[in-house]
Amino acid sequence: MSLETILFYFFASICAVTSVLVVVRREPVFSALFLVLNFASLAGIYVTLYAQFIAVVQVIVYAGAIMVLFLFVIMLLRPEKEKSIFSGNPTLQKLSIGVGVLVFFQLIYIIIAGTISSGKSVAAEQRIRTGEVEFIGRELITNYLLPFESIAFLLLAATIGALVISKKKFE
Amino acid sequence: MIETYIPLFLVFGFAIIFAAGTVMSSGLFGPQRPNEEKLSTYESGMKPVGTAFERVSIKYYLVAMLFIIFDLEVIFVYPWAVQFISLYTDPAIGTHAFYSMLLFLVVFEIGFLYVYKKGGFKWD
Amino acid sequence: MNLTSTDYLNILPLLLVGAGILISLTVEMYSKKSVGFLSWFSFLLHLLVAYYSLYTVNNVSSVFGGMMGTGGTVNIFYFIFNFGAAIVALLSMDYIKKAEIYFGEYYILLQSAVLGMMLMASATDLVMVFIGLELMSICFYVLAGFQRKNVRSNEASLKYFLLGSFTTGFIVYGMALIYGASGSLNIQSIFSMLSAESTPILFYVGTLLFIIGFCFKIAAFPFHMWVPDVYQGAPTSVTAMMSTIGKAAAFSALLLIMLPLIGSKNPQTFTPLFTVLSAASMIFGSIVALAQTDIKRMLAYSSIAHAGYMLIGLAAANDTGASGIVFYLAAYAFMNLGAFGIVSLIEGNGDTEGTIESYAGLSDRNPLLAGLLALFMFTLSGLPPFAGFFGKYYVFIASLEAGNVWIAVLGALSSAISAYFYLRIIVVMYFRKSDVASDNIITESHTSLLGIVISAILVIMMGLTPGSIVRLINSF
Repeated sequence: MSLETILFYFFASICAVTSVLVVVRREPVFSALFLVLNFASLAGIYVTLYAQFIAVVQVIVYAGAIMVLFLFVIMLLRPEKEKSIFSGNPTLQKLSIGVGVLVFFQLIYIIIAGTISSGKSVAAEQRIRTGEVEFIGRELITNYLLPFESIAFLLLAATIGALVISKKKFE
Repeated sequence: MIETYIPLFLVFGFAIIFAAGTVMSSGLFGPQRPNEEKLSTYESGMKPVGTAFERVSIKYYLVAMLFIIFDLEVIFVYPWAVQFISLYTDPAIGTHAFYSMLLFLVVFEIGFLYVYKKGGFKWD
Repeated sequence: MNLTSTDYLNILPLLLVGAGILISLTVEMYSKKSVGFLSWFSFLLHLLVAYYSLYTVNNVSSVFGGMMGTGGTVNIFYFIFNFGAAIVALLSMDYIKKAEIYFGEYYILLQSAVLGMMLMASATDLVMVFIGLELMSICFYVLAGFQRKNVRSNEASLKYFLLGSFTTGFIVYGMALIYGASGSLNIQSIFSMLSAESTPILFYVGTLLFIIGFCFKIAAFPFHMWVPDVYQGAPTSVTAMMSTIGKAAAFSALLLIMLPLIGSKNPQTFTPLFTVLSAASMIFGSIVALAQTDIKRMLAYSSIAHAGYMLIGLAAANDTGASGIVFYLAAYAFMNLGAFGIVSLIEGNGDTEGTIESYAGLSDRNPLLAGLLALFMFTLSGLPPFAGFFGKYYVFIASLEAGNVWIAVLGALSSAISAYFYLRIIVVMYFRKSDVASDNIITESHTSLLGIVISAILVIMMGLTPGSIVRLINSF
C-alpha cells in the first residue's frame, strides 16, 4: 500500500464519519463544527488527487469564511423547530433517503464501470502540473479569460445584492 | 509527488498531539479539589439561568458576508500573482497579463467603493 | 488569445453592458438623486445594445478561444434580452416609486441580470453557461426581494433563492457528469467526441440532470412549484422581467445543448422526455389557471403552459422547432411584458390584491388600457393574426414534421382551454360594471404607457411579418 492510498483512506474515513455526524447531531452548532472537519478532510483528499490549489481554497474559503457565516446564521436563527422536520414529515424522510440511495448507486456505478474518461486519462506528470497554482494562473489569463472577467461581475452583483438585502438602514 | 507533503502532515500531526496533550495533561497532573462553586458554570459572576443557546444578534454579519466575496477575489489574484513574471515575459501574452487583472480589480474595487460609500462597513 | 479589432466589435454588446454597470454604480455612489438618471440611462443603453446586436447579426464568429460565439441566433437572443430590458426600464420608472423601491440599485441589478443572460446565450462552453446563469439568478433573487418591508416579497425571494440554488446544484452535477463522460466542457468537442464512439450512459444521466435543472428555470410542469408565489410576491416589474427574458435566457441554454443534437445521428434522443414535460406543463398550466382569482397568479400559471408549448419545439428536435422556439420566445416576451405593464399600473400600492374582479369596468375608466390589455390577452391565447398565434403555429408545424402528431393536438386542445381564462378578463373588463374596485386608482404614467404601446406594436408587427423573422432566424 503506497503512502497515497494510506492517506486517502485516512482522509476518506474522517470525511465519511463526519458527514454522518453532521446529519445526526441534534444541536446545529455541533453539526456546523463537524462540517468544518468534513471540509478539512476533503482538502486532504484533494491533495492526494494532486489538486493542491483547490485544497488550499477549500480550507481558506469553505472551512474558513463560509463556516463562520454558517455559525452566524445558526446563532441568528436558532432553528429549534427544525429538529423535528423529519419526524413531522415521513414523506420527506422517505424522499430524501430515496435521493441519497439513488446518488449512492450512481457513484457505485461510476466506480465499477470505471470507463468515465476512457482514453482521456493523462500522464501522472501532467496531472501533478495541472493542480499547481502556476498552471491555474496561466490558464486564468489565457484560455479562461472570459470566465475570469465574468466572475468579477458576478461577485460585483453579489456585493450589491448582499448590501441591498441585508443592510439595516438602506437608502 | 505526495512525499513532498510529508513535512506538512507531520506538522498537522504534532499540532493535534500538542493540542490534545495540553488539554489532557492539565486534567491528569493538576490538583483537583472540587467544590460546588467551582463546578457551577462560569458566567462572569451571573447566575446561569435558562438555555445557553439563545438567539444572538450578530451586528457584523453583513461584514462577514462581504468578507466571503472579497476572500474569493483574493483566491483569483493569488495564482495570477505567482505566475505574473513568467506571463509578462512570455511574448504571446506580455502586458495582456497586467491589463486583464487590472480590469478584474477595477470592477471589484468599484464594488468595494460602493459598499464603503453606502456605509456597508458601519455598525448599525 | 489576442483579440483582433473585429473580435472587439463582435463582443461590443457585452462590453457596453459591462461598462454600463460600472458607470451606473459610480453614479449611484456619488449622487443622491441618481435614480431618474439611471432609469433613462438603462433604457438608452439596452436600446443601443439591442439595435447594435441586430445590426451585426451576420458577424458569426467564435471568440475567447471557443468560450463564446457571436452573431446569428446569439445576437437575436441579445436583441430579445436588451429590448425586453429596455421596456422593463420604461415600465419601472413610475412603478418603483409606487412600490417604494426607488433605489438606483434596481437598475444596476437589472443591467447585471441582462449581462448574465447575454453570457449564457452566447456561451459555447459549460463554464460560461454556469457563470451566466448564476449572474442572472443572483440578480433575480435580490430583485424579487427588493420590497424589504413586504412579507410576500421576502417570501418570493427566499423561495426562489432556495429552490434556485438547489436547481443550480442539479445543473452543476449534470455538467460534472458530462465532463466525466466526454472529457471536455466545450460543447462542440463534447458532441464530436460522443458521435465517434458509443455514448457512455453517464452522458445521458448528466444531460438529463442539466435538462431538469433548466426546466426549473423555464417553469415546466413538475418543477413549477416556485412560480406562482414568486411571480405574485415579487414587484410586478421584476415579475415581468423574470417571466419573459429570464425564461428566454434559460431556453437559450437548453437550445445550446439541443442544437448540436439536431445534426447528429440520433437527434430524437430526448424527445420522449420533452414530450412528457411539455404535455404535462400545457395541461397543468391551462387547467390550474382557470381557477385563479389573482391576475398575477393567473399569468404565472399561463407562463407554465407557455413553457409547455415551447418545449414542443425542443421535442421535435429539428430546425423548424429551434427557430419556432426563438420566435415564440420573442413573441411571448413582448406580449407578457405588455400584460404585466398594465397589471403594474392597475394594481394598488400596498396590500391591495390584483384580483381579476378589480378589472371590472376598466373599459369605462380607461378605454386605452382596456383595449391594450384585450390585445395582449388575445395574443396570449394564441388567436390569429397576432404574434402568439404564429409562435404556436411554428412549434406545432415542427412537431408535425417530426411525426409527433398527438402532442400538437394536445397543444391545440390546451390552447382552447386557455382561451377561456384569457377571454374572461376581457369579459370582466368590458361587460361588468365596476362595483368593488371603484377606489382602485390607475397610476398615471407616460413612460409605462410608452413601454406598453411599444410592446403592442411589436406584437402586431411580429404577427404581420412572421415569415421574414423566421427566415432570418433560420438562415444561421
